[in-house]
This record gives sequence, C-alpha cells and structure tokens, in this order.
Amino acid sequence: MDFLRPTTWEEALAAKAALPEAVPIQGGTDVMVEINFDVRRPVALLDLSAVAGLSGWEVAADGRLRVGAAVPYARIITELGDRLPGLAQASRTVGSPQIRNRASVGGNLGAASPAGDSHPPLLASEAVIEVESAARGVRMIPAAEFYLGVKRSALEPDELIRAFWASPASGPQYFSKVGTRNAMVIAVCSFAIALHPERRTAGTGVGSAAPTPRRATEAEEFLAAELDWSGASALDPALARRFGELAAGAASPIDDVRGTAEYRRHAVAVMARRTLGWAWDDYRERAAA
Amino acid sequence: MRVRMTVNGRPETVDGAWEGESLLYVLRERVGLPGSKNACEQGECGSCTVYLDGVPVCACLVAAGQAEGRDVRTVEGLAGDEGLHPLQEAFVEAGAVQCGFCTPGLLVQAHDLIERVGEPSDAEIREALAGNLCRCTGYEKILDAVRLAAARRKDEAR
Ligand SMILES: Cc1cc2nc3c(=O)[nH]c(=O)nc-3n(C[C@H](O)[C@H](O)[C@H](O)COP(=O)(O)OP(=O)(O)OC[C@H]3O[C@@H](n4cnc5c(N)ncnc54)[C@H](O)[C@@H]3O)c2cc1C
Ligand code: FES
Ligand code: FES
Repeated sequence: MDFLRPTTWEEALAAKAALPEAVPIQGGTDVMVEINFDVRRPVALLDLSAVAGLSGWEVAADGRLRVGAAVPYARIITELGDRLPGLAQASRTVGSPQIRNRASVGGNLGAASPAGDSHPPLLASEAVIEVESAARGVRMIPAAEFYLGVKRSALEPDELIRAFWASPASGPQYFSKVGTRNAMVIAVCSFAIALHPERRTAGTGVGSAAPTPRRATEAEEFLAAELDWSGASALDPALARRFGELAAGAASPIDDVRGTAEYRRHAVAVMARRTLGWAWDDYRERAAA
Repeated sequence: MRVRMTVNGRPETVDGAWEGESLLYVLRERVGLPGSKNACEQGECGSCTVYLDGVPVCACLVAAGQAEGRDVRTVEGLAGDEGLHPLQEAFVEAGAVQCGFCTPGLLVQAHDLIERVGEPSDAEIREALAGNLCRCTGYEKILDAVRLAAARRKDEAR
C-alpha cells in the first residue's frame, strides 16, 4: 500500500489523476474502520489532512458559505451553528465527541451512505457540492444530483470533493433523527426542513429511507402553496399531517436490521410533521418580532 | 514507512510502519505505550482516545501517516513528575476504576472536558463521555470522579 500525502490541492488532484484507485482519507472514520476490519485493502491512501485550505471555510463574494471538505463536525457546530443551524443539529447527532472531532462533511459525501446525517440538511438548504479534477476542472453539483445510489455518488474516479456551498439560513431549519439512543447511532431514518421566507418556499431532505438521501419535492411544493407565509396563523394540524404524508410518500424504504419499511414511512411522517411545527413556531416568532 | 511525531512531549521516529495501520497500533506496538487500549477498532468504545494536536480523537481511526509531524498526547502523558494527575487521583478515590480497560480513554476524554469547561454540568459530562464505553462500573462512579476533579480544580483556582 502507498501512502500519499499532498500538501496542496493541486498536488492532491494530480495524485488522484495519476492513481484514480487511491482512496482519499480525511477524518478516517469510515476509511479506517474498513481497513481495520480488512473490508478494504486499497492500493494507496491519499491523505488529504495536510492539504492547506481544505479544513477552512469562508464567506464568498455572493454571500454564500464555502465550507472546506475537511472541516470536522465539531467545528461546523461551534463556528457555523448560527448560519447553518440544520446542518449543525445533524452534526450534533453524529457518533461521539471523538468522532465529531475528526469526521467531516466531505467524508460523509465521499461515503454517500443513505444514512449519512449531513445529507438531509444539505438537501433542505439546497447546498451545492464543489468537486474538481486535474483534467476537467471544477464541477458544481447540487446536492439533489449528487447521490446516485447506495454509497454511489456523482463523483468521478479522478475527482476530489473540495467544498460545499450553502447560503446562510434565512429562516428556521430543523433536523430530526430516529435511533436507539442519543449517541453513536446510525439513523433508522431522518428528516430535515428549511424554510426560505424570502422566496416563500421550503426545502426538505429525507435520510435513510431510500437508496439515496432525497428531497420530498411534493411535500415542498405543498408547503410553498399552502403555508400562510404572513405568519398570522398557527399551524393547521391537518396541513401538518398532510405534509407528513407527502414526506413519507417520497421515501422508498427497505426492511433491515434497524427497522422495517413500514416503521420508517411512519417515522418520516412524524418527523416531518414535528420539524414543521418547530420551524413554524420559530417563523411566527420572527415574524412577530 | 517512516513516521515522525511528538508523543507526550518527546520526538519519536517510527520506522517500518505499515501504511494502513492505525496510530493506536503505532503507539502500542512500536512506541511502547500500551496505555491507550484497543477494544473495538471502529471508533465505538473510546478506549483508544488520545490527544492529536490537542484534540481528543480515537487513535484507532487515525492512519499512522496522518500523525506525521503532529503532537500526540496519551494517557501516559497526563501524570507529571509529582505523580498522578488530579483527575487520575479522583478516579482512584471515587472507585471509578474496576477492570480498568476503559480508564485510559475516559481519562483523556474527561481531561479535555475539564480543561475546556471548568465546571461542567452533569449533562455536559454525560455528553462528553458518550463515546466512552465501560462494561464494569455502570458509569455512576465515573461521573462522581469527574465531578470531584472539577470541584477540586475550582477550589484550587480560588
Ligand atoms: C463510531 C462511529 C460513529 C459514526 N456515527 C455516524 C453518524 O452518527 N452519522 C453519520 O452520518 N456518520 C457516522 N459515522 C460515519 C462517518 O463518521 C461519517 O461518514 C463521516 O462524515 C466521514 O468523514 P471522514 O472525514 O472521517 O471520512 P473518511 O473516512 O476520511 O472518508 C470517507 C469516504 O469519503 C471519501 N473521501 C473523503 N474525503 C474526500 C474528498 N475530499 N474527496 C473525495 N472523497 C473523499 C473517502 O475515500 C471515503 O470513501 C460514524 C463512524 C464511526 C466510526
Ligand atoms: S478501539 Fe478505538 S474506539 Fe474502540
Ligand atoms: S472499568 Fe472495566 S470497562 Fe470500565
């Protein structure tokens, strides 16, 4: 096995182009488990932890946040919790403090597990993934187009993930996850919501309830059309229920050791209804303030 | 491959490390510091917790080569010349150690908590230690030990 240790982004892209089979490693919280258990024996590890810039974030000229692929969850929570509240909530549920100190959104995207916790909030906030190759340069991939199948993404073998882009929250964002306890839990299923008051639209993300994380598009359209965006009225329980049904309708879950398909559908409906309730309470408070 | 790092303040050069091996393996088998324990090798138990550049991590999930040029502090680096660290004393006094397998990881993790948050609440202690499993104590004595150490630290600061 080779151990490649680029210190610049250009070197990293060149190394990936020269050896597309090389497995990138950042926090190592997915990769090292596979190596320790002999599930994976890559020809080379491409360590990105020394690449300058990958573990920083910035506010771009257009006001969006550009967050480096290697920024660990712990720093998403402390440094970006106010601007990316949905992602920060999801980050707080990842693993344990030690895992959150290492694990990154870039690694979550690289693994592209349907249960990855960063995906629903990235979908709900319409994040865009910046990937790059030495040969073809930068590609900007909307999160909704990034996940292609179970642990398969739009990333090409010679590409690396550089960052994700997301607008600072303009409205309430919430994340909810079902699991057996509070720490160290892979989601049985999860749900994220983001309200975009300036456009009077809503974003959603459903996790661990289909081969890929996905948006619940019909449920989003329903909210855009039916919510009383003036904020004058409390949430109509019938509307919330219908939203839950539509969110569950976007799922195509399976039975597995963590839960049955039927349970997942039910839980997605409940989480969608609840997160909408929380978001709507916030929304009205802000509208009143 | 060769890996150079600082471990508990001392520069170490390790030769012949396999590219896929973990920092935990390097520390235990090559540097001769068996304090950090190997129980799950999948980040679930926290018994391998060490500081990497001042941040507690599972050493079993850090590739050896990722420690190149970095600063590692293990449980062996907590005690000073005057003896055990007050947190270690508190673990002994509170009866927080039974078989002891989880203790090194818990000590590093709790050390980080107390250094960062002088007077942690019970909720903060539980949250900080959520990634450290203990099969013996039932955790109550461990919580007692952390509370005791935090309280003494506060008294000393007065
Ligand atoms: C104990 C434990 C608990 C966990 N709990 C959770 C949880 O609650 N929720 C959750 O979502 N996940 C969880 N995970 C999984 C893991 O922590 C996450 O998927 C994490 O986001 C991975 O980030 P990383 O930086 O450690 O990735 P790595 O392990 O370094 O990489 C993961 C994958 O991404 C690829 N990759 C990494 N960086 C790049 C890049 N820049 N460009 C292209 N490809 C790249 C790697 O080749 C690999 O395939 C847990 C893992 C452990 C060990
Ligand atoms: S041995 Fe590293 S977390 Fe269990
Ligand atoms: S004392 Fe035995 S595992 Fe904690």
